[in-house]
Amino acid sequence: MVTQNNGVAASVTHTQPLWLLAEITYRCPLHCAFCYNPTDYDKHTQNELSTEQWMNVLRDARKLGALQLGISGGEPLLRDDIEEIVVEAKKLGYYSNLITSGVGLTEKRIQAFKEGGLDHIQLSMHDITEEINNFITNTKTFELKKKVAAMIKNHGYPMVLNVVIHRYNIGHIKEILDMAEALGADYLELANTQYYGWSLINRNQLMPTKEQIDHAEKVTNEFREKVGSKMKVFFVVPDYFSDRPKKCMNGWGEVFMIVTANGDVLPCHSARVLPNIEFPNVRDKGLMWAWQDSPAFNRYRGDSWMKEPCRTCPEKEKDLGGCRCQAFLLSGDAESADPVCSLSPNHPIIEKAIEDAKNPTLQAQPILFRNDKNSKKILSGEAKDLIKDFHAVP
Amino acid sequence: MTILHTDIFKIASHHRFQWEEAQQSHVILFPEGMVKLNGSAGEVLSLVDGKNSVDIIVTTLKQKFKDVKDLETDILSMIKFAHDKAWIEKIN
Ligand code: SF4
Ligand code: SF4
Repeated sequence: MVTQNNGVAASVTHTQPLWLLAEITYRCPLHCAFCYNPTDYDKHTQNELSTEQWMNVLRDARKLGALQLGISGGEPLLRDDIEEIVVEAKKLGYYSNLITSGVGLTEKRIQAFKEGGLDHIQLSMHDITEEINNFITNTKTFELKKKVAAMIKNHGYPMVLNVVIHRYNIGHIKEILDMAEALGADYLELANTQYYGWSLINRNQLMPTKEQIDHAEKVTNEFREKVGSKMKVFFVVPDYFSDRPKKCMNGWGEVFMIVTANGDVLPCHSARVLPNIEFPNVRDKGLMWAWQDSPAFNRYRGDSWMKEPCRTCPEKEKDLGGCRCQAFLLSGDAESADPVCSLSPNHPIIEKAIEDAKNPTLQAQPILFRNDKNSKKILSGEAKDLIKDFHAVP
Repeated sequence: MTILHTDIFKIASHHRFQWEEAQQSHVILFPEGMVKLNGSAGEVLSLVDGKNSVDIIVTTLKQKFKDVKDLETDILSMIKFAHDKAWIEKIN
């Protein structure tokens, strides 16, 4: 237990990382404009953990209590040891889930995954230009997804489709729903873009209006009525349009642990943007230390770090003050309330972002796609003006 | 759905039921998450294996927990609950 604020105790010690997300590589054949990977990912593509090191991560995380394993990236299929990792995961008792764009999934590989005991595959529809357009206009990529979707179903997996929603496709929500049905999806997640990493830089271009979101939700509800229980559709409303923040990762260092391609251990996807925190790496003191004792994981556990208005807020148990990364990226203060909260003194930043996204000049700015060249540009400082509003990245 | 004594259930596909050492409890795992089961739910679902009928499950548990009152009602409502949650599937 840590110090108690306003009588509410926060448990700090006895947390278990129920979810382990292995961001196994940052290499990716796609270049999504709303990728939440770090904008400086290029520097993490050189020193990926070895198969043996991943095996140790799996074992150690399991000892800490991890049960759900997500294998993602980048595109995880760019590594050729996923088969071995899946076998080990099964042996250890994980419920394992492969999160892939489908690029690189072959009959041979999926068969090996099935035999190895992979429990679940999630197919993502990510790319904003080509892929979504193709998807909507029913051409090449749709054919690929259709092939992959069929493979997934033939091997007895549920077909789980995840589509990231943004201004460029929100108007096509009906087509997306129909396509998902045509692909035989059992589950469809319509995930509105969250603004981190690449998507934050491209926010003015990507953010839909409140009206568009309401409309999309309405269309989704009508579709739900029509398909009934055949397909479960989840519509994740973006937090910018609500007046309370999300309980990010269910609390810092509470249930979620990410190990990145190069072995960094993080409490959430974008934590590396936070200043003055050194995140542990599995190559140093191991996973156990990282989760239980590292200063990084203890930094925002519980609520003793909070400032006003969160510290004395009667609702603080509900959202724990929101997302630390979002607070920092937008306000420059990682310990302040998430600006999404209408009680936050920084809430006008969100209101301005929503206004800016309606501004045709800002909307028309070129999108900075996630690719190696652009990542290098950001690292070298060449793309400075694009990120000046955000307290992100070097 | 009313649970009949002749019904046979199995753990639903895409779900996994297992004992968790770290949690000291049985859990059900599925794509979107997991559920930690309390002791009695764990006992019941341990017997849901695609072979045992509800009748057998009731008899087995009655033998194991002789002095528990209303056991049968509890077991039936647990099975119904698990079925409503789609953790288990009827196979006959
Ligand atoms: S969001 Fe797109 S670019 Fe980023 S990792 Fe996923 S598929 Fe690759
Ligand atoms: S003031 Fe802080 S704790 Fe209260 S609702 Fe807003 S973000 Fe949550």
